[in-house]
Amino acid sequence: MAQQSIGLTGYGGYVPRLRLQRKAIAQANAWVAPNFLGKGKGERSMANWDEDAVTMAVEAARDLLGTDDDRSHVDALFFGSTTMPFKDRLNAGIISAALTLGENIRAVDVASTQRAGTSALMQALTTVKAGEAKHAIVVASDHRKTRAASAQEMDFGDGAAALSVGTENVIAKYLGGTSLTIDFVDHFRGSTDDFDYNWEERWIRDEGYTKIVPRAVKAALTEANVSAGDIKHFVLPTTFGVKFVQQLAKMSGIAPEAARDTLDANCGETGAAHSLVMLVHTLQKDVKPGEKIMVLHFGGGCDVMIFEATDKLSTQADKRGIVGSLAQGTPENNYMKFLTYNGLVEWEKGMRAEQDKKTALTTLYRNEDMLMGLVGGRCTETGVVQFPRSRISVNPNRHTVDTQEPYKFADRKAKILSWSADFLSFSMSPPNHYGMVVFDEGGRIMMDFTDVEQGTVDSGMEVRLVFRIKDVDEKRGFRKYFWKAVPVTSTSANSKTGQAAE
Amino acid sequence: MASGIKDKVAILGMGCSKFGERWDAGPEELMVEAYLEAMQDAGIEPTQIDAAWFSTHIDETGTGKGGTPLSMALRLPNIAVTRVENFCAGGSEALRGAVYAVASGAADIALALGVEKLKDTGYGGLPVGNAGTLIPQWAPSGSAPGNFAQLASAYRAKHNVSKEDLKRAIAHVSVKSHANGALNPKAHLQKAITEEQVMNAPMIAEPLGLFDCCGVSDGAAAAIVTTPEIAKALGKKNIVTVKAMQLSVSNGLESQHNSWDGSYFHTARIAAKKAYLEAGIQNPRDEVSMMEVHDCFSITELVTMEDLFISAEGQAVKDVMNGFYDADGKVPCQIDGGLKCFGHPIGASGLRMAYEMYLQLQGRAGARQLKDPRIGLTHNLGGAPSQNVCSVTIIGAHGA
Repeated sequence: MAQQSIGLTGYGGYVPRLRLQRKAIAQANAWVAPNFLGKGKGERSMANWDEDAVTMAVEAARDLLGTDDDRSHVDALFFGSTTMPFKDRLNAGIISAALTLGENIRAVDVASTQRAGTSALMQALTTVKAGEAKHAIVVASDHRKTRAASAQEMDFGDGAAALSVGTENVIAKYLGGTSLTIDFVDHFRGSTDDFDYNWEERWIRDEGYTKIVPRAVKAALTEANVSAGDIKHFVLPTTFGVKFVQQLAKMSGIAPEAARDTLDANCGETGAAHSLVMLVHTLQKDVKPGEKIMVLHFGGGCDVMIFEATDKLSTQADKRGIVGSLAQGTPENNYMKFLTYNGLVEWEKGMRAEQDKKTALTTLYRNEDMLMGLVGGRCTETGVVQFPRSRISVNPNRHTVDTQEPYKFADRKAKILSWSADFLSFSMSPPNHYGMVVFDEGGRIMMDFTDVEQGTVDSGMEVRLVFRIKDVDEKRGFRKYFWKAVPVTSTSANSKTGQAAE
Repeated sequence: MASGIKDKVAILGMGCSKFGERWDAGPEELMVEAYLEAMQDAGIEPTQIDAAWFSTHIDETGTGKGGTPLSMALRLPNIAVTRVENFCAGGSEALRGAVYAVASGAADIALALGVEKLKDTGYGGLPVGNAGTLIPQWAPSGSAPGNFAQLASAYRAKHNVSKEDLKRAIAHVSVKSHANGALNPKAHLQKAITEEQVMNAPMIAEPLGLFDCCGVSDGAAAAIVTTPEIAKALGKKNIVTVKAMQLSVSNGLESQHNSWDGSYFHTARIAAKKAYLEAGIQNPRDEVSMMEVHDCFSITELVTMEDLFISAEGQAVKDVMNGFYDADGKVPCQIDGGLKCFGHPIGASGLRMAYEMYLQLQGRAGARQLKDPRIGLTHNLGGAPSQNVCSVTIIGAHGA
């Protein structure tokens, strides 16, 4: 064990607002898959059309980091996912830009396995332990893509979790862990394929989980010098249900009641993110200081980590986390919308959608903090803030020249000044809502709205800002990101944090 | 202040094509149609034109760039042709260029012509396009109705008007323009409508329904201008002169500074004040005989009544409902049907507005002729409420 206490120092979580009702999936597909009717219970999280693994990771990380402008302490960023939007463009770099992290951080994408989230966390722990970073953050996120009428479509969900790793204000000490690497191919996705190819579930359960997990647990307990009976929380994602997790715990000498909620009823399995999503949920809901938590992820072997909660855990009580996110869902009964958002149907978008979405990368780079970080300008002489930043101030009383310093807008309070719900322009989620957003501390931006509850929007309404996909350039495989305003309805305002949701 | 343009330039002749879905005509045919009428009205030969200003907005689907489309369509005698573009206010810009050329003495006779061929896109509404490489990376990819509809939400919030009352008032704006357009054989839409039709029409961009939006039309309009002296020498009677031409352009205040509340046009108020000063108008509500304003959407017309200082602030709803701007009201507005019904071929619209004022001042407006108008105002807007160009032009009887 390390002399210095290393461990988790904070958490954040994000589950998209929409919750596709499994009944809607089951009923739509009953003609071809009648066996689904029995599975049509509960709901799964469903990313909006403008969300992907990167945007969800940004939301989880923002929950982790809070609204403080100064993020200069973050010196490493590990991003775990198997659904990264870019094969070759540092996805963690996009997240870093959106979070306005400094350029001298180590940013790494960890991919290609369901263990990507836990492996990212292990890398962060190792990096901090080695003294190569002091404040690392880990984000795991997946926007899962499945074929229509597949079992995975029912089981999976979209979501993200974020954790910070460091040596100060540790909320959960890292006691040790291990990885088993075994080329057990329960499923795979070729480099040119959109969908997983899955082998028989019974084999995965009996020959995979049942044989590999207990071995990994044993190795980790030995490494951390912890006895099985001390594990109070056994966090293992699986689509086989919590009873199966209880069996695996028992087989490993851990009390079955330590098995934690796999969130299959209200979220679905969020892929590489799910162990960390479950961990955040467990930290919010179940863990008391002094208790030991085992986090596992199965996939091409198994990762296992053991933590012990400290009395600093309560410092995270204001976080939305996973508990708060799950409390903010909106039921979605339209299965066609799910298929459309996920590109599973060819639909008539109209000629307006033919507009070229090419991105000038030169322009993007020149304006990087503006476009990725929503950074505008503040005049150092008059204090007037504006978006975008410009050489000559917009201040009508004094057009000062070259006086502006960067000013971050993303976490400021803002309201709607004017808006419309536009049925004419192309939108993936018509009507297209947008309008003028005015910030309490100055500045305004005409911007797109998203996650809108139609019929509730009006002038004066509060908004919060989120990083989302602006446009998808299907011709070139690129996607533009920018910030959008989410109108805060009275119902969503009531459950901003996990605490409130409890 | 400069001495201004008042009475320095006269309109020698004007022409306007039939507006509408001109499946039969390309930009060249539309230009020729407006030009031949203007030339016949002016009674001059092409060789007498010293210079031309040409307005067109969407070159990708319309005429192409530069001055050549005009020069080639009209077979002009290799004179200077300047293409101007200022969103939907380009037509007024062409007129301003020609008027300034005559006023400066650089030209005796100048031509202004605007054209737009919109109905070659394959879909309804205005063509979509990208504004450079930066704006598409952050600004909403909305539409004109979506941008202008926002006036309604801000106006309601500012003046505490209910959704229903504002919807009914803007409905009346459109009902009035349809009644006027029904008397205009060149108008795109020539059918009267009822308030109920407007209220129940499909939504385009909340709260604007189908009848709150102007026509998307093909068309061209032209003006030939000269000095009052030359006009007289050419035997012209009832000479109409330019009284004021002002243009105000947003500098980013509305879109970037919190002093603008979103319910009015900052530029329109500035352009209107300057235009009244230039024309020597003290009390516009009493002195302006008639107006053609930029009624791209019903809500635009409603707030513009206040921006032009005809209705007092917050009183446009009342004036509209009282029929103040109807054909038989105190200040008839959109007597030719406006953008709403005459139609809105972008680059031509400013000249089309001037065309109606000119016909009315000369007593040649047929079934829709007003009684003895003396001063006509055109208000031609380009862009969106938060970022725009606004032109206010005043023309009237020479000596008025």
